[in-house]
Amino acid sequence: MANRGAEFDPEEFKRYAREAGERLRESRKLLFGIILGVLALITLWSAYYQVEPDEVAMVTRFGRWVRTSSPGPHAKLPFGIERAQKVPTQRQLKQEYGFRTTLAAIQSAKHQTDETKAEALMLTGDLNVATVEWIVQYKISEPDKYLFKLRDVEDTLRLMSEATMRSVVGDHSVTELLTVGREAIAAHAKELLSAMCKRYDNGISIQQLILQNVDPPEPVRPSFNDVNQAIQERERAINEAWTEYNREVPRARGLAEQKIQAAEGYAVERVNRAKGDAQRFVALEEEYRKAPEVTRTRLYLETLASALPQAGKKLIFDEKAKGILPLFPLGPMQQEARP
Amino acid sequence: MTRRSLITVGVLVLALITAWSALYTVGMTEQVIITQFGQPIGNAVTEAGLHVKVPFTQEANYFEKRWLEWNGNANQVPTRDKKYIGVETYARWRIADPLLFFQRLRDEQRAQSRLDDIIDGETRNVIAGHNLIEVVRTTNRSFEKAEEAEDVMEAEAMREVELGRDKITRLILERVSKVVPDYGIELVDVQIKRVNYIESVQTKVFERMISERKRIADRHRSEGQGKSAEIRGKKERELKVIESEAYRKSQEIMGKGDAEATAIYAAAYNRNRELYKFVKTMETYRATVDKESWLVLSTSADAFRYLQSSAAPAGAGKATK
Repeated sequence: MANRGAEFDPEEFKRYAREAGERLRESRKLLFGIILGVLALITLWSAYYQVEPDEVAMVTRFGRWVRTSSPGPHAKLPFGIERAQKVPTQRQLKQEYGFRTTLAAIQSAKHQTDETKAEALMLTGDLNVATVEWIVQYKISEPDKYLFKLRDVEDTLRLMSEATMRSVVGDHSVTELLTVGREAIAAHAKELLSAMCKRYDNGISIQQLILQNVDPPEPVRPSFNDVNQAIQERERAINEAWTEYNREVPRARGLAEQKIQAAEGYAVERVNRAKGDAQRFVALEEEYRKAPEVTRTRLYLETLASALPQAGKKLIFDEKAKGILPLFPLGPMQQEARP
Repeated sequence: MTRRSLITVGVLVLALITAWSALYTVGMTEQVIITQFGQPIGNAVTEAGLHVKVPFTQEANYFEKRWLEWNGNANQVPTRDKKYIGVETYARWRIADPLLFFQRLRDEQRAQSRLDDIIDGETRNVIAGHNLIEVVRTTNRSFEKAEEAEDVMEAEAMREVELGRDKITRLILERVSKVVPDYGIELVDVQIKRVNYIESVQTKVFERMISERKRIADRHRSEGQGKSAEIRGKKERELKVIESEAYRKSQEIMGKGDAEATAIYAAAYNRNRELYKFVKTMETYRATVDKESWLVLSTSADAFRYLQSSAAPAGAGKATK
């Protein structure tokens, strides 16, 4: 306003009015443009959707399911006329029973609450109690059924899984559950759960059912361990006895063999000696027969000749000479004679 | 111009509002009952998509078409054999007749509380009419006998199952299914989710389990001792057998040797007994006389005869120790 304070000039006013009018028209055009732009953006925004590689999208028009779109960018009718619901059909999903993984990493962290403990606690067929932890891996194989058949598919699956696991465990003894029956139980539970999913028609297919920790309940656990220990002790006692057996019996067999061999040696020796002695005697006898008198004397004298020098003391006396005997102190002689 | 456009705008707005009120959508998971001034009109609309009704006076009431949840509370129930257990059931149901459902119950909340009464009640009735084992077991399959199992089993656990868990749940389902159609509800499934002993019983059960295990452990231990004693006994016996056998055989063999030797000696010495006696005696002399011996010899002995005279024969040498 250049002429502020000056008197009113109608010409100038007209000009002003015209300019203002023009400006208004221009700004209206601008506003219109902006609104149009925003509208277009909203339209685009509500028409565009993208499906991730592991998902499909179920598109409904006015609530009615019209098509399923695969991964990638897609367009739909805007403003809520068509709606897209994404379902992760390719994803491997998992539910845990009796524990929750709080941190899935190289060293995963698990934790248990009262609720998970209640999940795991169950009766066995012999009316004992055990805690069973397991996981179920599943996929959404039919997204239409998954979305439109049950209101709370995941929660329902939890309940189904708990019910089936309990019914299978209820048909096994606690000993089977803890030892030989594990695999059969998991397989049977998976089979039943799959059948139940089919019956519920919930669009889920069970991939795996894996038993995790299966234990006796906490207060009973030490006594179960004690049974294992007792089994070990039994085996050890038996093994020790066998060790002893194996150490002693073969040795005794060897010793017995030795004794027999020695006896055989003795027998052979005896016979050989006898044969030798006999031969010698026979030979002597034959010679003796030729000259008995001389041979006899010779043998006698030879014997004396070799035996007499051996004797320590010799006393030769005449039978007629009496009184020699008292000269000997008999005491020491007797002592020496009897060793 | 401005008047006319105002009218046009007015008509347009009116038409829009009317259309808004006349059109309604039904989702895949929904079914609709149309009411006029609160009065239900016609059958339920279950077809998904865009639908038309009379605007303003008619109202669309939405109901779920999907299976709906019902989760029971833990019920404390005594079984027929007086075992106190906690039973948790779950059920799935659907609104089969929305009109009836709308008339009798109006909304899900009321349906839930009605189902609480009915299902819990029937569960109690059925459980109370059967033994615990019927609720736990499904079949009569016999347990695989791990070596220690048999004689520790409770008598009640050995009882044959007449119905089993499956049939019991079916029984509950049947009984509830007789009642709920009156509310436009169809019960699609009932399952027993959990069966547990109540706290005080559980402690007793644990005690029993502990004593059972103790029994098993004791048996293993005594079995180990027994078996090892058996093996030791076997060992002792075998040792005795081996040793005595060896003794018998060796004596036999030595005896045979002795006998043979004796026969040989006898055969040889019998040729000349006198000579044998003489030769043997001579050998004995040689063997007997040593440094410690005293020989007291008479001159009348053969050997010294010649000390007195060089004639005359006969006599005997005598050696004394």
